[in-house]
Amino acid sequence: MSILYNTDKTLRERVSDCLEDDFKHNAIRTAQEVFYVKRGELVEEMGDGWQQLRLHSMEVRNHVTENLDYYVKQFATNAEANGCVMHYAPTGDDALWEVLDIFEKHGATYAVKSKSMMTEEVGLNEVLENAGIKITETDCAENILQTAESKPSHIVVPALHFNRDAIADIYREKRGYTGSSVPEEITHFLRKILRDEFMEAEVGIRGCNFAVASTGSVTLVTNEGNGRMVDSFPKVQIVFVGIDRIIPDLEALDTMLALLPRSAVGAKMTAYFSLDSGPRGAGEVDGPEEVHIILMDNGRHTLANSEFKDMLRCMRCGACLNICPVYRHITGHGYGSIYPGPMGIVLTAGLAGYDQIDTMAFACSLCGACAEHCPVGIPIHDLIRQHRMNIVEQGKNHAVEVPIFKGLELFWSNKPIYLAAMKAGRPVMKAIARGEDALDENSVWIPVVKGWTSTRDFDVLSETRFRTWFKEHKKEQAKNGKGGEQ
Amino acid sequence: MKVAFFPGCMVDMIYPEIGIAAVNVLERLGCDVEMPDDQICCGQGLINSGYRKENATVARMIVDAYETSEYDTIVSLTGSCMNAIVNDYPIVFKDDPVYLERTRKLGERFFEFTDFIVNHLGVTDVGASFHHSVTYHKSCHVTRLLGIVEPPLQLLQAVEGLEYREMEHADRCCGFGGTFSFKQPEIAGEVVYEKCRTIIETGADVICGADVPCLMNIKGALSRMRSDGRLDRDIRVMHIAQILDARE
Ligand code: SF4
Repeated sequence: MSILYNTDKTLRERVSDCLEDDFKHNAIRTAQEVFYVKRGELVEEMGDGWQQLRLHSMEVRNHVTENLDYYVKQFATNAEANGCVMHYAPTGDDALWEVLDIFEKHGATYAVKSKSMMTEEVGLNEVLENAGIKITETDCAENILQTAESKPSHIVVPALHFNRDAIADIYREKRGYTGSSVPEEITHFLRKILRDEFMEAEVGIRGCNFAVASTGSVTLVTNEGNGRMVDSFPKVQIVFVGIDRIIPDLEALDTMLALLPRSAVGAKMTAYFSLDSGPRGAGEVDGPEEVHIILMDNGRHTLANSEFKDMLRCMRCGACLNICPVYRHITGHGYGSIYPGPMGIVLTAGLAGYDQIDTMAFACSLCGACAEHCPVGIPIHDLIRQHRMNIVEQGKNHAVEVPIFKGLELFWSNKPIYLAAMKAGRPVMKAIARGEDALDENSVWIPVVKGWTSTRDFDVLSETRFRTWFKEHKKEQAKNGKGGEQ
Repeated sequence: MKVAFFPGCMVDMIYPEIGIAAVNVLERLGCDVEMPDDQICCGQGLINSGYRKENATVARMIVDAYETSEYDTIVSLTGSCMNAIVNDYPIVFKDDPVYLERTRKLGERFFEFTDFIVNHLGVTDVGASFHHSVTYHKSCHVTRLLGIVEPPLQLLQAVEGLEYREMEHADRCCGFGGTFSFKQPEIAGEVVYEKCRTIIETGADVICGADVPCLMNIKGALSRMRSDGRLDRDIRVMHIAQILDARE
């Protein structure tokens, strides 16, 4: 499963690495602020309209999820009628075989690619490279990652963890760049080397933001022009479409396109938008001669029939990452998944399975900010908690924690035990706190407690219970003949 | 008016002074406050860690304790406990139709402390005076999940002498998250330190809130920052009830 990376480290180790990396830590915070402010302004500008759009999008997306097979079929039929070759891939491996077949049929050895989460999900680049096929990422950030052999730290701005100096160095070392660290200069260099690759590549590989069932069209929302080159220069085009990208019609597309850029980057629209319906037609001067659509399930049907079906509404905008207090500090690399942040926990756990995800489902404070910002109203934090419930129910939690939670169950449901524990607890805590009112960093040798006191002081239990005071207080009132009024 | 009071376990265990202040305020506003003794905790730490069935054991006790009280109004001092009872118990009891129905009815009688005073009693000026600068943490459960935004601010603004100072991103999480705090201490630490920095930047003497767990988290972090030199003055951490009860 290529969703996860850096799995030889535990989540805790990955998080520590991220927290120690000041540049990355600051970069992600700055990016969050920028997106937060820009998105907020646009949403406010729309007033009630924003909420109406959200509700409408939810309706549309739920309708598709509930009738998934119908829409998959409608999209496939119409895309085929447009002249596309359809490949249905139940799993990631099936998708990879289909792609390899296409390359073999054409004897192709060179491909350019624009950003596609689905190809990352199945680890396409690695497979093609192993098959001797050269593949170049043409999205600026993806090209940086590919050149640096690094992993994405964000789903929308994946190279967030590199600054301009680091990027210039990467190209100096790997591609013979000789210029400065001025972004425009680096971009110009990239543009030049990529031009040649666009001209030479035999196959273009791309993703799809929304697939329109009624017209059989695929769309591409980008800010860099490279997507348009990928989908028009090479003779053969391969489009990766997750079955959860399908929407009914162009009217629905309109709604989605109003929500996506605003949520993703705080912009009303992006610089480029392509709506592609089939290969080059007779008399047309550009476009691919052959279009293959890989319609991929890879666990989505299973999600659609589970407690996580709301997740199929996700449009990968990244708004939930941009507001998440945890993502803010650990970046995508902390999660160790190509799908990070709140949406990433839900998707990664849902697609990769509980045995693979370490403690990721617990790396969330359940604050709900993600759900509030999600353009398609996914109750993300509830779904994260649902994963936790499933993990416990399936016995995939850590065995050592079970007695602790069983203990809490007893402690909070049995008054004599609770009161006895309170009574015994205070002197013990006082002793550990050396007579002070809070446990400080000197208590980090105590298991469980250290989880708190490694970073914060922990107040000791009070001398009297509130309930004791309350009883006395009521007695006092009865004696003085007082009700409530004073 | 008769009300049943739900303090939340942290008030009973660690911060009785918060409960005392709240009872004082409610009584001053003419409420006859009662509290069933057979309540301990809403148990949200269990379901939030995935232990739904274990939470049910605890939740039954809360439903039993408050359902039998003859009061039609229950006031919860902590937003997150109230959220647990109103919004989470239906999940906790998803395979127990009897308690599911009972908890649904019970939920309708629950009010969060500040919301109760402003929207149920119709009072914003409770007669308190507090001559200090105060910032307010808009905790996730009260603000976002229960949607109680204005009442705490209205109450604070009506306090004589109080100078309100809004912190940046006041509605962002403090990083408590129940057992998240213990299970992911490095992340929780980063989040709460950042919250504390925004509190410190306001220059306020007091940070207050309507969710006891957040206050415990913020207090613990400020105290640590004070002792290791990251904070060079004392900042008091108070529940809003304590400010409404104040005459200082
Ligand atoms: S879960 Fe919602 S906010 Fe997050 S990426 Fe998906 S659509 Fe965007």
